[in-house]
Amino acid sequence: MASSRSTHTPASAGGTTLPSRSGRSTGGEAGDAARAAAQAPVMACSHLSLNVNGMPVSTEIEPRLLLVQLLRERLHLTGTHVGCDTGQCGACTVHMNGRAVKSCTLLALQAQGAEVTTIEGIAPAGGGLHPMQAAFHEHHGLQCGFCTPGMVMNAIDLVRTQPNLTEADVRSGLDGNLCRCTGYHNIVKAVLAGAGAMKGQS
Amino acid sequence: MYAFDYARPESLKEAASALRRNADARLLAGGQSLVPALRLRLSRPPLLIDLAAIGELSGIRVENNVISIGAMTRHADVAASREVQRTIPALGRLAAGIGDRQVRNQGTLGGSLANADPGADYPAAVLGLGATVVTNKRAIAADKFFLGLFETALKPGEIILRVDFPQPLRAGYAKFRQPASRFALAGAFVCDTTSGVRVAVTGAGPCAFRAKRMEKLLAKDFTPKAIEKILLPADDLNSDLHAAADYRAHLITVMAQRAVAQAATV
Repeated sequence: MASSRSTHTPASAGGTTLPSRSGRSTGGEAGDAARAAAQAPVMACSHLSLNVNGMPVSTEIEPRLLLVQLLRERLHLTGTHVGCDTGQCGACTVHMNGRAVKSCTLLALQAQGAEVTTIEGIAPAGGGLHPMQAAFHEHHGLQCGFCTPGMVMNAIDLVRTQPNLTEADVRSGLDGNLCRCTGYHNIVKAVLAGAGAMKGQS
Repeated sequence: MYAFDYARPESLKEAASALRRNADARLLAGGQSLVPALRLRLSRPPLLIDLAAIGELSGIRVENNVISIGAMTRHADVAASREVQRTIPALGRLAAGIGDRQVRNQGTLGGSLANADPGADYPAAVLGLGATVVTNKRAIAADKFFLGLFETALKPGEIILRVDFPQPLRAGYAKFRQPASRFALAGAFVCDTTSGVRVAVTGAGPCAFRAKRMEKLLAKDFTPKAIEKILLPADDLNSDLHAAADYRAHLITVMAQRAVAQAATV
């Protein structure tokens, strides 16, 4: 679905359809593309402004671009992962205005004017790890690491909304994040430790 | 995803006029069902009208024992609301059990109702509490709102503004959750009011419906035991790979009993 972007951009950027732009006869693949573009509604690109990890981003995008595609493919912030791609696994979790959301189930335009934070944006500026990252490291809260960015982002938001977490709170709070390696045991330990460390910090 | 145009109106008036101009446009609330449907190419709207910038559609207000919740209010905000916990705690618990926390941070009351997924939680509360769905055109009683599978009484051009929930004497909600999708295989919202008992079932039929036989029995005796022998006919219930219709029929009674027990302890 992301790959269709390049075929649509020329048509939409000029606000006109491909055949009239190119002005030459088309055949084969190019002809198919031109016919498809002529049939499809001509999509204007929309302007998107937001802050990502504190940096202003201002860009023209197709409305169907997902937030996770903007982050990974345009801004090259590949720490946010795409796991299931259907909103189930939570690997794509980022913060939008401080709240954990699934960036594969959001249009980038839904983040208009928002503060978006990804896993790349949580560590302190001077270096080192965020306390939650450090706790995952310390308590071996990962094996392959694929789910970890989403786990850490959801865990940080969980601690912010429920500072006094119990083990049961952590298990239910991480309901939207799947891990296929650890059996969750060390992830829960890491989040509880990370919660304690975040409290000590604030 | 098919290509579409996108509009982000800042006022209700603008949104309504965009909707009037484009009959096939779809309203985008939190997008937690619509965005996945677009991604699967199950939906092909020419235009999405995002309601996120219309401030007046969000918020929770209590007045004269009626709690009004704006259509764009997120599930997480309903779950965390002191007003909701004070007036209708079962509604807060229901909101806290929708999807997972990332979904609750984004999904909205109005989006859930307009979508009318057969397994969604909110329809049970709206129907069970006898709430009123207020749109830009009219007020729709819950009993007239849910018409079928993903089908509501909403007409073209209509936008849900808020839902008015009357405060009950007591209420409870229990669901049996499909663990992957987190939707209800069957859920029951039970509500006791001065004018009678209401029992609304979700997850089991094409849309939320009332279990009137249970209501009559509970009106006389508001205990789980009063409805233990009721088994709804499975003929009209959903059957899928997660649960057969007769299993759902059984679950409805169990969930309704749990909801009564929960309501009785409040």
